[in-house]
Amino acid sequence: MAIHIIDRRLNPGGKSLENRQRFLRRAKSLVQGAVKKTSQERDIKDVLEGGEVTIPLDGMHEPRFRREGGTRDMVLPGNKKFVEGDYLQRSGQGSAKDSGPGEGDSEDAFRFVLSRDEFVDLFLDDLELPDLAKRKIAQTESEGIQRAGYTTSGSPANISVSRTVQLALARRIALRRPRKSEIEELEAEIAACTDEEVRVELLDKLAKLKAKSKRIPFIDPLDIRYRRFETVPRPVAQAVMFCLMDVSGSMSEHMKDLAKRFYMLLYVFLKRRYKHVEIVFIRHTDRAEEVDEQTFFYGPASGGTLVSSALQAMHEIVRERFNPADWNIYAAQASDGDNSYSDGELTGLLLTDKILPVCQFFAYLEVGESGGSAFDLSDSSLWTLYERLRSSGAPLSMRKVSERSEIFPVFHDLFQRRETSQEKAAP
Amino acid sequence: MTERLFEGADWDFHTLQRITDACEEVALQDLGLDVYPNQIEVITAEQMLDAYSSVGMPLFYKHWSFGKHFAFHEASYRKGLMGLAYEIVINSSPCISYLMEENTATMQTLVIAHAAFGHNHFFKNNYLFKQWTDADGILDYLDFAKNYVASCEERYGRIEVERTLDAAHALMSHGIDRYPGKKKLDLRAEEKRAGRRRQHEEEVFNDLWRTVPKGVAKSRSALSVERRRKLLGLPQENLLYFLEKSAPRLAPWQRELLRIVRHIAQYFYPQSQTKVMNEGTATYVHYRIMTKLHEQGRITDGNFLEFLGSHTNVVFQPEFDDPRFSGFNPYALGFAMMQDIERIVTRPEDEDREWFPDIAGKNDVMGVLRDVWANYRDESFVGQFLSPKLMRHFRMFHLHDDPEERAGIRVDAIHDERGFRRVRRELARQHDVGYIDANIEVVDVDLSGDRRLILHHHVIKGSQLNETDAKRVLQHLADLWTYDVALIEVDANDKVLREYVVSPRPITAAA
Repeated sequence: MAIHIIDRRLNPGGKSLENRQRFLRRAKSLVQGAVKKTSQERDIKDVLEGGEVTIPLDGMHEPRFRREGGTRDMVLPGNKKFVEGDYLQRSGQGSAKDSGPGEGDSEDAFRFVLSRDEFVDLFLDDLELPDLAKRKIAQTESEGIQRAGYTTSGSPANISVSRTVQLALARRIALRRPRKSEIEELEAEIAACTDEEVRVELLDKLAKLKAKSKRIPFIDPLDIRYRRFETVPRPVAQAVMFCLMDVSGSMSEHMKDLAKRFYMLLYVFLKRRYKHVEIVFIRHTDRAEEVDEQTFFYGPASGGTLVSSALQAMHEIVRERFNPADWNIYAAQASDGDNSYSDGELTGLLLTDKILPVCQFFAYLEVGESGGSAFDLSDSSLWTLYERLRSSGAPLSMRKVSERSEIFPVFHDLFQRRETSQEKAAP
Repeated sequence: MTERLFEGADWDFHTLQRITDACEEVALQDLGLDVYPNQIEVITAEQMLDAYSSVGMPLFYKHWSFGKHFAFHEASYRKGLMGLAYEIVINSSPCISYLMEENTATMQTLVIAHAAFGHNHFFKNNYLFKQWTDADGILDYLDFAKNYVASCEERYGRIEVERTLDAAHALMSHGIDRYPGKKKLDLRAEEKRAGRRRQHEEEVFNDLWRTVPKGVAKSRSALSVERRRKLLGLPQENLLYFLEKSAPRLAPWQRELLRIVRHIAQYFYPQSQTKVMNEGTATYVHYRIMTKLHEQGRITDGNFLEFLGSHTNVVFQPEFDDPRFSGFNPYALGFAMMQDIERIVTRPEDEDREWFPDIAGKNDVMGVLRDVWANYRDESFVGQFLSPKLMRHFRMFHLHDDPEERAGIRVDAIHDERGFRRVRRELARQHDVGYIDANIEVVDVDLSGDRRLILHHHVIKGSQLNETDAKRVLQHLADLWTYDVALIEVDANDKVLREYVVSPRPITAAA
């Protein structure tokens, strides 16, 4: 009997990938909820690392006709002391009824692991930058060259060797060009041949073969193919996001954590969704500096508070590098709302005259102490100022956050896809 | 002394070949087994998880529920909550056994003996498998099913197909013919038939027929109840079959999907009825083969001890008050019964002669066992071959839990002279699927009225359906039937205990 032993280990993996995607698609709303819940409890660094989520089994339940309750008979192993006719107490009072008809079992949770990509995709689903209106066709020469098959003419640099050789081979086989080995064999046969008549015959044959191989070239100009390229103009929406963070002494660790979480989300969101978004990080105490992301998120700093310094810095950067005619400009500011009293007027002026006119959208996030008691008191100086600007019609969004768990809802709220902007949105 | 099959724990493909040859020699010559040709495939843990999620089959159509199972298994495997099986074996010809790559050489020998010879023999010879499954055709049929589902998704949309499959899966446990009578399934012919039918429809399609005026419909009220039920083949317990043949508004492709799910359910039906026997057979076979190989000196004492270690784990039966207890372990019970039969055949005691006059002292162990393996299923196997000695060994007792009984749960019988037969009867009943699955059948359709489909659940011992689940399944059923569905739970005296009525959900535009 023949026995086949097969090594399947090298077969491509991920056979169940498609089923998994179907499952995720189906459980999308449940998984999304779970992803958001999970992300609240995590440390900033691994918010977006993927990992285990728990979804209620109920939503993905596959129902079957199941029987329950009624009189039960069972045979069990391991009798130690019972004799016929004994009665056993039911464990727990009326447990048979409680565990019976089960709404209870529907609460069972179902845990599984999401990959990083799956996690982030679900996390950032349905978010976008609002009002991405200004689009500029960037220089098309540098943009969008793509392969577009093969052509019979072109520059020598673009010869596709593999395709050319392939065609030549096909042609040689089709026209029966004698192979080198065939000629060599024949020559050897002639050399070994003693019979004169056969020899003449063979020589004749050899001459024919040689003539044929001369007639049919190894590579014909007909075979040559060139790689073809097409240039495709691609409209590019250019956008820049300014992240302004207050790192002054009045910001507690908790507040900084909240602000950083917010920016972390923003950062991941922009990096993942928009190819052409520049991000500028500005942090400020009583003076502002542009920093790289590493410093922005992890570098320590402390000092007094002058909000206008950050706005001033932003204004200068815009003037130098981002022409408002070409760029969609966004800004997100996080602060505890404290500003030195004297700075209020300057901040207001900068915002109304310089910043807001060039911005598509300005988000202000006010972070507070855990428990949120601070908010029950009067509004902070910055909040009052911004509130006034907003009521006069500036494109300004303001939110207050005092707990980790509020970060995502607020973020989501700020960047939710809105119906009106949908048609305008960049791909 | 014969040459050793392997040294240590490492193996390569030549080792596997030698092991298989050695096992085959013992299996065919000493045990007289009759097996399908074997195909042995070595797979990784991930591939094993893949196989888990599609009920062990190497290929299957795509459906989200398999993704769910995969995610679930993967999560528990990664956390170490769950070990993976050493092997999976498929009832097909050739018989495919999957071996995990991380098994040691001893484990591979065990697994080959267990799956490629034990299970394989059982699949080929047991009457249930012979009657209900088509080992030659199953892989081709699964391939056809996979392609058919994919082509339906292309033609009619993923969501539509998913809806139909969801509904069919919910009814899967009631998509089985329990009694033979119809001709044996030939899955290859099945596949050709589906193709031909589609082709025929395309060939004879003529739009003109649509324009032919319809005559006055024949009065249906003239049909008597009896005649109507006969026309529809009622009562019918195979719900999927009934829907496939009689649901008024299903598209042909939906009927084909129901048919596919039904065939697959039918293919697995024997397995659920023979867990104890199947595992018992395979465990007994691997035990015999391994012992023989050890006797022949083909595996070392160390390897044999390693084997005994895993073997003992597999046939471990925790007692009822042990936290690890979760019912009878089919490996333990099956193996113990096979060994017990061996004992009865070779070294019977007076008690055995009285209980098993047909086989006691017959001395042809393999002859008796092969006959048992071929002609019984769990329920009849336990019912006939569980010996008093084994009941004493497991210290079995029978509990009767009547919720009405205030005093508690009654111990109805124990492993004594008075109790043996009752314990055995109850244990056999525990292994009877006919008794475990809810007994639900279609009894009538209100053809002259609102086309309501009427089902009965015959309640046994007061055990009714779980309400939430029942409603959901009925919803699926109503969606397929496209008119109202009523399920009535009746007890043995035809007293109505509960009635469900579910209306179909409106069909949304195909997405």
